[in-house]
This record gives sequence, structure tokens and C-alpha cells, in this order.
Amino acid sequence: MNRRAGTLLALVAVALLALPAVASSYILSVATLILFFAYAGQAWNVMMGFAGQLSLGHSLYVGVGAYAAAGLFFHYGIGPWAGIWLAIALCVALGAAIGFLAFRFGISGVYFALLTIAFAEFTRIGFDHIAWLGGPGGLFIKVAQREQFDFANLRGPPAMFYYLMLALTAAALALCAWLLRSRAGYYWQAIREDEQAAQALGINTFRWKMLAVVISSAMTAVAGVFFAFYYNTLFPEQIFNISRSIEIILGPVIGGVGTLFGPVLGAAVLTVLADVISEVLAAAGVEIPGVKQVFYGLVLLVVVMFLPHGIWPTVAKKLGLGRQD
Amino acid sequence: MALLEVRDVSKAFRGLRAVTGVSFDVGEGAIVGLIGPNGAGKTTTFNMVAGAFAPDSGEIRFAGRRIDGLRPDQVCAAGIGRTFQIVRPFAGLSVLDNVIVGALERATGVAEARATAAAILEQLGLAAKRALPASALTLPDRKRLEVARALATRPRLLLLDEVMAGLRPTECDQMVAVFREINRRDGLTVLLIEHVMRAVMALAQGIVVLHHGEVIARGAPGEVVRDPAVLECYLGEEAQV
Amino acid sequence: MDPVSVANLVVAGVLTGLVYGLMALGLSVIFGVVRVVNFAHGEMMTIAMYAAVVLFAALGLDPFLAIVPVAAAFFVFGYALQAALINPFITRPEHSQFMLLVAVAIIMVNALLMIFGPDARNIQLDYLLESIELGPLLLDRGKLYAAVVACVTAGLLFAFFKFTRTGTAIRACADNHLGARVVGLNVKRYYAFTFGLGAACVAVAGCMMCLLVDVTPVLGPAYTLLAFVIVIVGGLGSMGGALLGGVLIGVSEALAGLFIAPSAKSMFSFALLILVLLFRPQGLLGKRT
Repeated sequence: MNRRAGTLLALVAVALLALPAVASSYILSVATLILFFAYAGQAWNVMMGFAGQLSLGHSLYVGVGAYAAAGLFFHYGIGPWAGIWLAIALCVALGAAIGFLAFRFGISGVYFALLTIAFAEFTRIGFDHIAWLGGPGGLFIKVAQREQFDFANLRGPPAMFYYLMLALTAAALALCAWLLRSRAGYYWQAIREDEQAAQALGINTFRWKMLAVVISSAMTAVAGVFFAFYYNTLFPEQIFNISRSIEIILGPVIGGVGTLFGPVLGAAVLTVLADVISEVLAAAGVEIPGVKQVFYGLVLLVVVMFLPHGIWPTVAKKLGLGRQD
Repeated sequence: MALLEVRDVSKAFRGLRAVTGVSFDVGEGAIVGLIGPNGAGKTTTFNMVAGAFAPDSGEIRFAGRRIDGLRPDQVCAAGIGRTFQIVRPFAGLSVLDNVIVGALERATGVAEARATAAAILEQLGLAAKRALPASALTLPDRKRLEVARALATRPRLLLLDEVMAGLRPTECDQMVAVFREINRRDGLTVLLIEHVMRAVMALAQGIVVLHHGEVIARGAPGEVVRDPAVLECYLGEEAQV
Repeated sequence: MDPVSVANLVVAGVLTGLVYGLMALGLSVIFGVVRVVNFAHGEMMTIAMYAAVVLFAALGLDPFLAIVPVAAAFFVFGYALQAALINPFITRPEHSQFMLLVAVAIIMVNALLMIFGPDARNIQLDYLLESIELGPLLLDRGKLYAAVVACVTAGLLFAFFKFTRTGTAIRACADNHLGARVVGLNVKRYYAFTFGLGAACVAVAGCMMCLLVDVTPVLGPAYTLLAFVIVIVGGLGSMGGALLGGVLIGVSEALAGLFIAPSAKSMFSFALLILVLLFRPQGLLGKRT
């Protein structure tokens, strides 16, 4: 990373750390949402951008992670810091199962994407029938009082959630940066470019693809746990919905699949613009459901058509940030 | 015991017999050429040695160990490197990164792989272009990259699939010189499929000729090119020596 | 549950399944020829359904008659979509194409949501309220007519591909893209034509479907998935496969709704998709590539 990039990163870090002190609670909630999608997008990016496997069913891991931790808390009072391990274990098992089925049976490309959708949809309908987890009526965790600060159970003010998400996103970035420069990074990129050629160089492509899937699902599980304790209500219809899966990929696709900062930038740009649009329309007296989504669709369309590598590479070049991954 | 022993190997694709009862040896440190008209079964044989698919019958032994039926990555781990007939660089990666991927096979970490990769690029005359994306290379350079990448896996046996195709005579001679040098210095064994006779005659110490999936001649280059069966399959029955 | 009721349920499933099959047929044609994953297929179906509803509400136009203008409009729309948006994308990597159509799908669904709102609409036609007796079976008139239209449309499409010059040319493009270009076929134009045809199929299916279910914008994604399940189960590139797959799904949904729970009926479809992808990826009637 060159000097300029380092300085910019430091400035951004300072700004992010200081945000809760200066921002309204609304801005803070938007910032938390951006970080959430930046994190989830980064997790998805490991599978797609690094290993080249298109998953359109990542809501599966968000949902299972969320329900696992929430269920334990709701029924047994087990806090999220313990529940997270069950969440990760379940999602890793699911991811490994999907990966195994797909890779062993040679399912890739569009068929793999459809497979992931099928699993997510199957689970969505399935959870509607699990009464123990609230069924279609939803699972509700008791919302914290404003003044209460119980970090062990993640009951606290919005600032707590903000810093938590910030830490998670920073950790994800660090992890991905490390992975990219490691053997895993090189092998994943090789597999993504040309799997057969990669095999001829001694790469056990099955094993490395599985690793990407497992890491991706584990990371997304954590996002699910956060989701559960931040929003406090879970409905299968919402959390497993294919729209959730699409929201997760919008950030990386717009920012730049396979890059390090793409998902973060994409999530930020998308959320901010969407919010601006909502505000402008609300001010003009227009409150129609679906406007925000149409906007997402248009942005996605424009980016896919004219900026196939996402906006991050162009931005990085303009800012003179040197060779970035 | 030869380094590579191909014993009575056959392969059919849905009724089409591509390779029938092919046997040959490649001794350690030797350079052997596999020639024959198009459709003779050369690349099919290569693919079986490299693990792309298993033979229907027969055995393939490498350093005494059976390797037929192994996956391509296992074959590479055993010590066989290969190039592809139509080059397959990792287009989105830099030249150096391409070779690092290969070098990681034997290296303990990325740093060591980088050093190995740099040295090999030097050897193949690509050092100046290390930072370029592989997609920006000309065909001859891509061929060199393909070879560099395979060499980075430190193979004992290198399978070269028509690596000279499309190269000008001077470029071809340069490649020949590189292989000669590596063979002499490191004892690398080479099995090459070639149509460019200039390269075959300059490099190969022994030649195996395939036609319609069968071995029709084998021996020293001088003998093989005068063998009437070989001439017939290349030039037709009317040919005279 | 007595056998007659079950039989009625199965027959209803078959009839509905034929309409599903027609929808999937459109996708099979598009996917099979142009090799583009039309992730907006279900959304196009939903637009067709709304078109029929609007024409009925505004002009009192019977959906069976609305088929003609709606199908024509969709043909033009499909042609334009392929020519303008998708053709330039053919050389791009797969996930780019996918994303493009996902974007189109998102725009379609939410545009519908903006225009029509989330509430359900439907069409009430008096002459469809009676049932037809066929021996011990009681057939829903609407379902029967819809199924007949679906079969006729499928038959027309099949005849088109088998007997007309354009149809043969399109099949050539599907079998061998490069070869087709070498013999001088304007492949891109045929792709656009094919997309138009697929869209027209969807239009007919949509007009029929709004007689069977209530229309809401969120049906889009569900139908897209359903279409893919049917095409994959039935077999890519096989028109008979699309119809067979549709019928299978229609029947299994009916039975699953009966024996498990109505809300769980889609689960069966997804389980079937997963199984087919794993064990017989070419589908029931598809050709192994």
C-alpha cells in the first residue's frame, strides 16, 4: 500500500471512530447498516470474488446464524458470545454440504447459483414451520432499555452496535487482505481464472473451493448473529428472502467483485444514495413502496453494463492509490 | 526402470478408439518426441499421463509408481508438469503471479515462491515483463509463460504439448535452447508432442510415432524419419524417400 | 381423503402444470438457444398477468382474447431486450449476464409494486365459474381452458421450430453458434427473435395464469425459480421436457399441499431441483452434453 492510500485509510478510520460523537442517531443507524452490508458483502466476496463461485443464496447463512443465536437466547438465555459458536458451526456445516454437493457433482456457474437459491428458499419455507423458533409469526427478543448496557448480551445503545459492526468490518478487511496475499489468495485466483490449468499446477481445487465456501459461510453467520441482536425480530419470510441475498451482493458487484475495498465502497455508495433518494421523495410527498428497489436495480444495471469491474478500480486509480487488490 | 513407463494403454470415446495398446518408455534425463499426424492420439496420451482422464486399460508408471487414474493435481505433486496445446494463462494475474502459483507447489510460503518464480522468469527471458498482466503478452511470450509456470512446480518430467506451434524459427530456436539447457543442467526429462520437425530433430533423443492411436515406429530420430511406415502415414502411399 | 377427491386434485395439478410448462417452455427456448439465464422470466410473466388484468378492467377484454395483443407486445419487448441489452453481453463472463438480468428483474418487480401496489388483483369471469363433469371427476373450467391454450401454444411453437425456415435456423444457432455464423446466419438477429418468442410464450402463460391465481408483484421471483426448476427437471433444450416438468411440478405441488401443508408445497419443488442437479443434471428428457 502506498503513502497516499495509507493516509487516506488513517483519515477514514479516524472519521469512523469519531462518528457517534457527532452524528445523529439516524445517521448512526445508516452508518451501521452500511457497515453491515459492507461486512456481509465482504463475506460473500470471499466465495465469489476469490474462488469464483456465484452464490445467490447467502441469506441462508444470515438466517441460520441469526436464528441459532436468537433461539438460544430466547429459550435458554444463552448470550450471543456463546451462541455465535453454534451459529458458525451450523453455517459451516451447511456451506460445506452445499459446497461438497456442488463440487463433487460438478455443478458450477448458473447451476451452482440455482442450487444456492434452492437451499435458501427451501430453508425459508422450512423455518415457517418451525414453531419452536416462532414460525411465520416471528421470533422476538426483548428489546433493551435505552440506558441499559449489557455487552455480554448485546443490549445497549446504538453506538455499541455501531462500534461492534465497525470492528467486524475492519476485522473482515484485515482477514481478506491477509488471505489475498497468502497461498490461499493465489490459489483462489488461479481457480477463478482457469480451474483446469490450476489443477495442472498441483492445486487440489476441490479442497480450496471448499475452504472459500466454509470461510464465507462462517463470516456470514456472524453477520446473522449481529442482525438478530440488532433488530431483535426475525421472520423467515424476510431474513431468508432472496431479496436479502441480492442486497448482500449489490455492494460487492457495484464496488468491485474480488477487490478488497470494493464491497465496502459499494455498500456505502448504494446505501447513501438510496437514502438520499428516499429523503428527496419523502420531502416531495412521494411515499410509494418499491421506489428504493427500482433505484437499486437501475444502479446495478448501469454498473453491470458500463463498469463491469465495479467502481472501486476507477476510484482507486483517480485517487492515485497505487496498486490495490 | 525408466522414469515414465506407458504400458499397453487404450482409450475410447463413445466408440471412437483414440488410443489402442500404446506402450513406450521415457528414460530419466531423456528428451523424447511424440509425433504423428493429426488425430493420432498424441494429446489423448498426454492427457492420460497428466491425469485429465484415466485410460480404459493399461498402466502408466512414474518412477515405479502407478499414476493412471490419479487426479491432475496429484500427478503434478508426483512430479509431472504439463503445458496445454492452447495456452491457458491466468489472464487476470500478472506474469509473475502466474508463475508464483506454480512455484507454490513446492515452496513453503509465498516469499519463497516469489523468489523461485523470479528466477524462472529470468531463465525464460520474461523478467522484464513480470508486472504485466498475462493477457497483455504476445503468443510467443504466453508460450514461455506457460512453460515457466509448469517449470515452477519443479517437475521431474515435463510434458510439452505443441509448444512450438505459431513460433517463428528464431523464437523456436530460442525455446529449444532453453529446454536443452534445463535438460543438461537440471536433468529435466521432457516428453514433447510436436509438429514442428525443426524442434523435434534439434531436441529429441528418441521419437515415438503414433498413427490412428497406435505406435507405428520408435527409435532414434535419424532412423524414424526414414522409416517407410512413418513416411506413408505422413505423406501417403505414393511417397518415395 | 377419498380417491375421487385426490384424483380431482391431481387433475387440477396437471392442468395448472401445463400452464407452468408453457412458462417454462419460454425459458427453455431462451436458455437453450441464447444460453442466457433469464433471471427476469418470472417477472415478465407477472407483467403479462397484470397486462391481462388491466385490459380486462379497462376494456373488459377477455384474457383469452388478450393473448393476441399481449403476446405481440411481449414479442417486440423481448426482441428489443435481447438486441439492445443482452446481445452486447454475450461475450461477458457468465455472472455478468446473470447480474444484468437480476437488475432487470428487480426493476420490473418494483415498478409493478410502484404502479399497482402490493394488493392482490384477479379476474372474475362468469362463464368460468362452472365446473365440467368428466365421469366422476370435476374439472375447473378455467383450468381446463387455460391448459388447452397452453398445449396449443406449445404445439404451435414446436411446429414453428420443426417446419419453418426461421425455426430451423434458430435450432442451428443453438446447436452450433460458430458453425451458424460460418454459413452466414445472422446469429444475433436470431437470438433476438428467439428471446421475443420466449417472451411471447410467457405472455400467453401469464394471461392464462391470472385466471388461476391472484396477481401480486411478488409472484415474479417465485415464478422465475419455478421456471428454472421445471426446465432443469424436465431437461434443457427439450420442449416436451418443459411441459412434462411443468406437469410434474403442478401435480407434486397439489399433492404436497394436501399431504404436508399448503404453505410447504414449494419446498418439494426445491428439493426436486436439488436432487435433479445432483443426480441427473440433464433433466428427465434432456440430452446429455
